[in-house]
Amino acid sequence: MSAVMITRKVRKWEKLPGKNTFCCDGRVMMARQKGVFYLTLFLIVGTCSLFFAFECPYLAVHLSPTIPVFAIVLFLFVLAMLLRTSFSDPGVLPRALQEEATFIEMEIEAANGNVPAGQRPPPRIRNVQINNQIVKLKYCYTCKIFRPPRASHCSICDNCVDRFDHHCPWVGNCVGKRNYRYFYLFTLSLSLLTIYIFTFDIVHVVMRSVDNGFLNTLKETPGTVLEVLVCFFTLWSVVGLTGFHTYLLSLNQTTNEDIKGSWSGKNRVQNPYSHKNIIKNCCEVLCGPTYPSVLDRRGLTQEDLPVPVASAAPSSSSSSSSPVPQTTKTKAPLIPNKRTPDDAKPSIAASAQKSPSPKEENPPAPKAPPLASPEMDVETSINKDKTH
Amino acid sequence: MAETHSLQDMRQQAAVAAKVFIQRDYTNGTVCQFQTKFPSELETRLDKQQFEETVRTLNNLYAEAEKLGSQSYIEGCLACLTAYTVFLCMETHYEKVLKKITKYIQEQNDKIYAPRGLLLTDPIERGLRVVSCTSVSVLAGIYSFLSSLSHVSTGTWILSQTLSSCVDRGHHLRRQKPD
Repeated sequence: MSAVMITRKVRKWEKLPGKNTFCCDGRVMMARQKGVFYLTLFLIVGTCSLFFAFECPYLAVHLSPTIPVFAIVLFLFVLAMLLRTSFSDPGVLPRALQEEATFIEMEIEAANGNVPAGQRPPPRIRNVQINNQIVKLKYCYTCKIFRPPRASHCSICDNCVDRFDHHCPWVGNCVGKRNYRYFYLFTLSLSLLTIYIFTFDIVHVVMRSVDNGFLNTLKETPGTVLEVLVCFFTLWSVVGLTGFHTYLLSLNQTTNEDIKGSWSGKNRVQNPYSHKNIIKNCCEVLCGPTYPSVLDRRGLTQEDLPVPVASAAPSSSSSSSSPVPQTTKTKAPLIPNKRTPDDAKPSIAASAQKSPSPKEENPPAPKAPPLASPEMDVETSINKDKTH
Repeated sequence: MAETHSLQDMRQQAAVAAKVFIQRDYTNGTVCQFQTKFPSELETRLDKQQFEETVRTLNNLYAEAEKLGSQSYIEGCLACLTAYTVFLCMETHYEKVLKKITKYIQEQNDKIYAPRGLLLTDPIERGLRVVSCTSVSVLAGIYSFLSSLSHVSTGTWILSQTLSSCVDRGHHLRRQKPD
């Protein structure tokens, strides 16, 4: 029985563990559940379109043409910030490779010493001193690393995220070190936009009512009613959220730390990351350096696919171990986050393969990402591997 | 440079080899710094001063990348005003320093570590968590041993095949020999 080994180049995002979806060949990175994000987008675009359609013509003529211009600028800024928050890598920490995980395990065993049989081993915690305060670093069993300070594991995305703030369903992504400033600017600009639209809706209705009467105005511009409703409800939540995040920003805290009460309370440690100065704290987060992504999503790596050639009778042993469906031979399946058990089967004609640390759970059902078109080069080097 | 590339190929092809991981140093907060403590496994292979010098230079470079100075503030404000579209054409300060760091590590590997049979990996490949130091000479030893074994085994096989065919021929000739 002969099996054909096809070596193909894949982008690294296809092999990343975790529950993320990737679009545009790894340029866009989001969580799996995107429904609420589409709702956010629809509400913003819909409300603004109604504003431009109903209010702007009247206000541009009767008040000032700068009103719609400023509205457009604000609207574009809000969209840019939303898309930037949603599509960027929040600061995901890559999982430890096999050797690193083993090294850490050995260190833990050495530190724990001999644990008597029947007793649970002590929790895996490392104490570090940061700015003269003791901070505990927890071990992440999924990613097999000791989490850096302020990092946390997001169960929705199944990744450890640096400076984890929270997972925002409205934005369809985690909010972490890399996209916190975009998130903050999004909420701030959205508050401004909501207040702006609300104010000018009222102004418009008042001005028209003076001429035509209140009920007639509502009949002429039905969109205004809808806008006022949306803005009214949005105002409370978004402005409240902006205020909350401004408070966190001034203290250099994350939502996660605030919820857990890490730095509050008498017996607790004081926040070692705060500069004790509101302006300095804000500047650090908003105007600090833009951290690059440490996930090399668009890098190329090799993947070996053993594709059994159905010559006489298909051998059950080789086909059952291969996760690739036998129907596709030339076109490899386009599946994101698919963990092929390459480590379990050592390939003899092995070229470089960078496999993430093997996951304990079974991979979920593969889902094709929208808008994805990975460039796949099926290497012409086909190694015939004869197995008897 | 070619030497480093061939070393990297060997590194990729071999299985687990001796590796030492230099962890992050969090005493100054979440800034990217690595521990300058000299690992005991490298005592016989490397000079302590050189190792500490390498790690200290790396730490300085990372500190430069993350520095909160006027340059980062100007960059941040300018980017904010353009809704961060300026990053589509411009490289961030951090990325520029990361390139410097990659070059520095390659230089160190070529000059100091490769001659001693060691290889430093760029921490950006490990998520800025560790600097790993691989013992390449162990790999080279394993690789050359395995390849020599395969040569020996092939040679032995050829020899045995030749011998057995000679013996068969000998038997055949003896049978055919007339009484």
